[in-house]
Amino acid sequence: MDVKHMRDYLGWLYYQYLLITGIYVLEPWEKSIFNTVLFTMVAMVVYTSYVFVPIHVRLALEFFSGLCGGQHESAMALMS
Amino acid sequence: MTESSSSKLLNGDTCHRTANGKKAARNGFVKNHCLLQQQQQLQKYRRPKEKSIQSHHVSRNAALYNKPFVESFEETPLLVAVLTYMGYGILTIFGYLRDFLRDWKIEKCHVARERDEQKDFVPLYQDFENFYTRNLYMRIRDNWNRPICSVPGARMDLVERVTPDYNWTFEHTGRVMEDVINMGSYNYLGFAENTGTCAEESAEATLKYGAGVNSTRHEMGNLDKHEELENLVARFLGVEASMAFGMGFATNSMNIPALTGKGCLILSDELNHASLVLGARLSGSTIRVFKHNNMQSLEKLLRDAIVHGQPRTHRPWKKILIVVEGIYSMEGSIVRLPEVIALKKKYKAYLYLDEAHSIGALGPRGRGVVDYFGLDPRDVDIMMGTFTKSFGAAGGYIGGKKELIEYLRSHSHSAVYAASMSPPVAQQIIASMKCIMGEDDTSLGRDRLRQLSENTTYFRRRLQELGFIIYGNEDSPVVPLMLYMPAKIGAFGREMLKRNIGTVVVGFPATPIIESRARFCVSAAHTREMLDTALARHRHPLRLQKSRPLIVRCCAVRWHQSGCAAFSAG
Repeated sequence: MDVKHMRDYLGWLYYQYLLITGIYVLEPWEKSIFNTVLFTMVAMVVYTSYVFVPIHVRLALEFFSGLCGGQHESAMALMS
Repeated sequence: MTESSSSKLLNGDTCHRTANGKKAARNGFVKNHCLLQQQQQLQKYRRPKEKSIQSHHVSRNAALYNKPFVESFEETPLLVAVLTYMGYGILTIFGYLRDFLRDWKIEKCHVARERDEQKDFVPLYQDFENFYTRNLYMRIRDNWNRPICSVPGARMDLVERVTPDYNWTFEHTGRVMEDVINMGSYNYLGFAENTGTCAEESAEATLKYGAGVNSTRHEMGNLDKHEELENLVARFLGVEASMAFGMGFATNSMNIPALTGKGCLILSDELNHASLVLGARLSGSTIRVFKHNNMQSLEKLLRDAIVHGQPRTHRPWKKILIVVEGIYSMEGSIVRLPEVIALKKKYKAYLYLDEAHSIGALGPRGRGVVDYFGLDPRDVDIMMGTFTKSFGAAGGYIGGKKELIEYLRSHSHSAVYAASMSPPVAQQIIASMKCIMGEDDTSLGRDRLRQLSENTTYFRRRLQELGFIIYGNEDSPVVPLMLYMPAKIGAFGREMLKRNIGTVVVGFPATPIIESRARFCVSAAHTREMLDTALARHRHPLRLQKSRPLIVRCCAVRWHQSGCAAFSAG
């Protein structure tokens, strides 16, 4: 029951995707080209963000923490 | 200051249409005499509280109307517009891909193209319209030109056809799709029938006169039926005289050139039918276009025309003809006739009213938009209409003053050169018109009018309740339902047909590119059950969406996400 409902829902989502992108009217081979291109692009975006986002986040964190901490340290150095 | 900011904006928009780029006189004199803007100014502060989604078309000169004039043209939701353009973008890319393949002979080209010896000349098939036909229209072509094999009444039979090559060619399977509910014919009063008095009388007329007349009205083609028909039409319209033509389109396109010529000005609504546009162009007059049903725009053009006269010479225009339609068939809107007549009288222009869709379908007595607003038919100089729609026949008429009709009889091309109307057709018109007028001693005509108005109200109300975006006046039997996205044009038509409902879907050349729509024509022949069946096709999926608290404007998205889901699920 639940599986069927889920399948219907996915089918509905796919149908909406077909309609909104307009590929509903295309021939099957064109559809598969579009899907392949879109899938490849999405996959690359996901992969790139998986690889690079953590690094960038870490670098940013280091930078900002260094910014705050460094100021503090230099202030201390002046004091002494 | 007599100009409100809104009208200034409009003036700015229409200024480029004035001759030689001259701006309107900016002295207060002309402005102060402006009929509608003054009234609008008064109304500005006490504008009746309409629904917020109603567009700017809602009543301004309420005093001129004898009933509320509610028309809605909901703005396209931004998200939908963006997605629609995206869809067209994707389809265009694939169109270019296919054109590339055809060009390199990788795939066979099914459409006309230049021959080899023409290759070095100006390209013939490269403009957008050709591209559109080849790459977008062809993909969903199965929704149009479907052969019907029965009387197109409330239900009809369709010839089933299949395409082996994605709509480039069609084959008939030999099967028939029976009892499809017909929501597409302009059969407003349900006179498209093969039984009943009208059909019997036309059959008798065929037996008596034959089917064709083989001559023009001027020669041997003037039957007593035609005289009878014209007298009846004149009586029906409440005008002095009238004249019938064998073809509705030609009534417009051939009579306007007879009425105006060089040195005349035609003010035409931007959404006027192709026949009116063709007629106006053939006439050789100057044509200026005002915004759809927008009286400020019309008044601005009229004032400019009178103040500046003809371009360069500044002679006054010989005639100014305002050309409007009764019901605009793509928008479902009704002309603001009381305001048009007020303007026409104020500026002494002539008025050409095309009642192709409104005659029979509007008004308590079915006498068109003049009857609907309770106006005097003599205020309209040229009453034009067709018999193709409400009367279930063919042809068109022109009604007006006796002098006008006599002039047209000898000057109009469609009167002089066209073969006269077929007698059974004339008889069908006579019988149906008498039925509407109640002269057949039955209440059948009145019942049909009442049924049509009930059906219209019901169908429009139900669609609104279901959350669809529909356009037009609430009394108009033409109900455009907005689809927006290109793929939905095809999907809607196909899926509705799968559910035994025949609809008309309309796309780009007939509408602006993002405003694709499905158009329902409500008929008196539709029963409540049929309308409910038609409506039920969308209702089921909406249930799962209704719980979502969405603002009204999202209806389009909501429907499009859900409405078409029914199609996939069902």
